[in-house]
Amino acid sequence: MMTVGDVDETRNGFDTSKMLTEWETGTVSDLPDGRTQHTFVMEAVDKEIEIAPGVMFPAWTYNGKVPGPALRATEGERRKIVFRNYDSQPHSIHFHGIHSARMDGVPGAGVVNPGEEFVYEFDAKPFGCHFYHCHALPLKRHIHKGLYGLFVVDPDPARHAEHADVARSRLLGTPENAGWQELAMVMNAFDTNFDDENEVYAVNTVAHAYTKRPIRILRDKPVRIYLANAVEFDPINSFHLHGNFFDYFDQGTTLTPTSRTVDLITQCQGQRGILEFSFKDHEPGLYMFHAHQSEFAELGWMSMFEVVEQVA
Amino acid sequence: MNDVSSTQTITAAPSVPQPSRVALAWLILPLAVLALAITWLVTANPLRTFDNGAPPVENLTFERTVLSSDGIEILVRAGGSEPMTIAQVLVDDAYWQFAQEPSGPLARGATAWIRLPYPWVLGEAHAFKIITNTGATFEHEIAVAVPTPVSSVSMLSAQALLGVIVGIVPVAIGLMFYPALRGVGRNGMNFLLAMTVGLLAFLMIDAAGEAFDLAGESAAIFQGQAMVALAAAASFLLLIAAGRRGGTPAGLTLATFIALGIGLHNLGEGLAIGAAFAAGAAGLGTFLVLGFTIHNITEGIDIAAPMLKKRPPLWTFPALTLLAGGPAVLGLWIGSLAYAPQWSALALAIGAGAYLARSDGRGAAALLSWPVMAGLAFGVTFMYGTAMLVKV
Repeated sequence: MMTVGDVDETRNGFDTSKMLTEWETGTVSDLPDGRTQHTFVMEAVDKEIEIAPGVMFPAWTYNGKVPGPALRATEGERRKIVFRNYDSQPHSIHFHGIHSARMDGVPGAGVVNPGEEFVYEFDAKPFGCHFYHCHALPLKRHIHKGLYGLFVVDPDPARHAEHADVARSRLLGTPENAGWQELAMVMNAFDTNFDDENEVYAVNTVAHAYTKRPIRILRDKPVRIYLANAVEFDPINSFHLHGNFFDYFDQGTTLTPTSRTVDLITQCQGQRGILEFSFKDHEPGLYMFHAHQSEFAELGWMSMFEVVEQVA
Repeated sequence: MNDVSSTQTITAAPSVPQPSRVALAWLILPLAVLALAITWLVTANPLRTFDNGAPPVENLTFERTVLSSDGIEILVRAGGSEPMTIAQVLVDDAYWQFAQEPSGPLARGATAWIRLPYPWVLGEAHAFKIITNTGATFEHEIAVAVPTPVSSVSMLSAQALLGVIVGIVPVAIGLMFYPALRGVGRNGMNFLLAMTVGLLAFLMIDAAGEAFDLAGESAAIFQGQAMVALAAAASFLLLIAAGRRGGTPAGLTLATFIALGIGLHNLGEGLAIGAAFAAGAAGLGTFLVLGFTIHNITEGIDIAAPMLKKRPPLWTFPALTLLAGGPAVLGLWIGSLAYAPQWSALALAIGAGAYLARSDGRGAAALLSWPVMAGLAFGVTFMYGTAMLVKV
């Protein structure tokens, strides 16, 4: 059925309803070659978080949040990530993207010891819905303890003449993009007793958060979800939408869907993609979405959209 | 007895000083130091250097489950180093609505009922997992879900009937051998007595084993293993002390002791069977009940054997039957209504101690005679054989 009680999100320091739409775009500066550089500051801190009502988890976090901040930039921009490790364990940020070996965030190239700092620099490419996570060893533990997040690179419309309108709708800040309701979702899970099996599953950390507080969707506005799977121990996770079908862009690196008109997609560990759908021909009401592994759904990965009429 | 105590007085008198108020005043010193130590431990908290940041040790024991049309109720007992908090409850790997009564953190040794409106399925298995606020998990399984009997007259009378069949009837049948047993000669008598020793030795091992098994299921706070050993030792010493007041127990006294031991054994077994019924773990078939009955007939012979030399009054036979067999009925009732493994373990341990009390010092020469050896062997073999009918 459901978890009993409510999670104190104020104490957690992050709000599951706000997390859906909070994009971190960094501090912008101009480079000598005319390009813009986005600088992000990321800090590894350990923190006890409440992942289900009353259940505390000793997490490792980026900036005190699980998942870490949803980073967003435009294709071709320079990115600079200043990473400071305030935890007692060595950590790193390994970005899924195109970059040099030195910037890979693996042991020997960007794993940062406690109290130290490292700066990752690379160009944001390719465009798509990507993922970052700690790549210190042991890998399973460093990821499932909470060190992961979304890393979205928007397509540059100038580089994709054939689908410029699609690219513009994906580019944060454009009027076309403002016509969409965009949501950031990371499917994750927690092994509270450290037996290599997850006790709690969720989207954005808190079990049943969006069942208890459904995500409000305006009926007339199309929906775009940036979805990543950060679950450890289980090889596959999935996303199933009730009463509707969607187009799916696996890894988000194309401007045309990789799957059309589906109501269920699966993602292996670290896989991610973009979902696009609309409720404009639907009657208002509660529409479920959840992992179609019933086990995950009943362990917390169960959510609701509340479709409402456009507010005047 | 008098001799012994007077010698003790004479030899001890010079060395023991007369108790005086001055000597008693010395009690203050150790007590004051103890008080100081406690005060220091509480106020200065010198143990904080051992605080390595590890979460407190938690333990939770499932003592009882009740299945009804309203759902499932579980009685849990906490055994943590500090009060522990139940955060969520999973049934069959799904978070489920639950209510805890009383609510709030559970102190060491405290119990609480967890009530779950879960649509359980008749005859199937259900698994429970409790997650505490630290993320620790505790699991319990109902192997076969059946409705927990509620205390109705028909249920209690049905259980009484079962208790009579497995407890009272076999003892009565065993005692009916009495007239026939009186006719045997000296060797026959030795054979019979040795046989009962064999039977009781088997029962002692069986009861002690079961007691230790159940002790393992009970909450750590009860220290099951020590409890079983101490309860058995206490019952053994108590019966020996009570019995030896009038010399070595024999005849009716000995028969009464054996009946008492068997009664306690039957109480423990009744508790376990009743609880198994309640938990749905046992489907007692006719064959199983028959097995118990045959197995327990020897209990009657055990009681009869010591009384063969001198016939006791007739009323003692039904009295002994009730003493030995009656507790089975009581055990079934209690076991199905309010059960926790430690109570069953306790009853079985006391019974085991009582069996031990029976095996009094018998001459080594008598032990080596053929009738005695044969009797012992027959007794143990018979019990082992008939136990095969009932062990599942």
